[in-house]
Amino acid sequence: MNTATDILLVEDNPADVRMVLEVLRSAPRVCRVQVVVDGSQALAFLRRQGAYEHATRPQLVLLDLNLPGLNGHEVLAEMKAEPHLAGIPVVIFSGSRDGQDIMKAYQLRASCYVSKPDGVEALRETLQGIEGFWIGTASLPLS
Amino acid sequence: MRRFSVDARTGSPESGGGTRCQPAGSADMNGPRPIDILMVDDNPGDARLTQEALKEIDLPHRFHWLSDGEQAIAYLKREGAFGHAPRPDLVLLDLNLPCTDGREVLARVKSQPDLQDIPIIILTTSQAEDDIQRAYQLYANSYVKKPVSMDQFIAVMWSIKRFWCGIVTLPSRREAAG
Repeated sequence: MNTATDILLVEDNPADVRMVLEVLRSAPRVCRVQVVVDGSQALAFLRRQGAYEHATRPQLVLLDLNLPGLNGHEVLAEMKAEPHLAGIPVVIFSGSRDGQDIMKAYQLRASCYVSKPDGVEALRETLQGIEGFWIGTASLPLS
Repeated sequence: MRRFSVDARTGSPESGGGTRCQPAGSADMNGPRPIDILMVDDNPGDARLTQEALKEIDLPHRFHWLSDGEQAIAYLKREGAFGHAPRPDLVLLDLNLPCTDGREVLARVKSQPDLQDIPIIILTTSQAEDDIQRAYQLYANSYVKKPVSMDQFIAVMWSIKRFWCGIVTLPSRREAAG
């Protein structure tokens, strides 16, 4: 039962990617994190298309909103409309604090909305909080 | 049908299931309003443990408890006796309830446009893969295994507090997020 958790990170900012990987790698529980940098790649990964034919189905998606091409809201809408992807919990992890962005994310079935805080330490603590709840406390679907 | 509501700031039970209600986003003299938690669970022991754990972790909150699914839907829709029920910031929903079970409550709430954004955390003893998968497919916001001891209840409630009340921007608190 105590196996690694498969996570898909959809994030185009290299500094944020680095921080997510750093926090998850130093966490007490083992995660396997795959990273894609735009919305189309995220959907191709989840649908196992093209280069992602052998991709593992993630148990949790960390999704930025501001992405090149398809944005996070669009990825979320597509995921939640596809029966085989709808059951993957999605944590929105975005720099936006806009009420409309937040509302829309919940309406599109995001599990929760987390705003990226300013500053490296605050960002680290936030990511530790995401890890603590989702990997430490919550039960996730199988990959 | 059993229910009770308690304001954690005063510890005094409210009559009639959450009769005092402040508009969402309002702030009183003591800062932001306490978080409204609705627990739907037919086991009074678990409701009591949850309530005690919530007190233990020092989260300003109001705790509302209902023991069946039909009541939960009426509460969320503010029907009948629940006309003045506060819209919960967070729902803790058991799966196995008499008559209308948690899956049906989840499906009905999440298919209702004006209720679907209320975060629902499934809190159940079931660790069956099918239950977990099905709950997420019905758009549960999260799924947490119900603890068995007081210590574990405190640990789980602390984790929920830290994440859902400290890190997440809840839909009900989005205007305060900026």
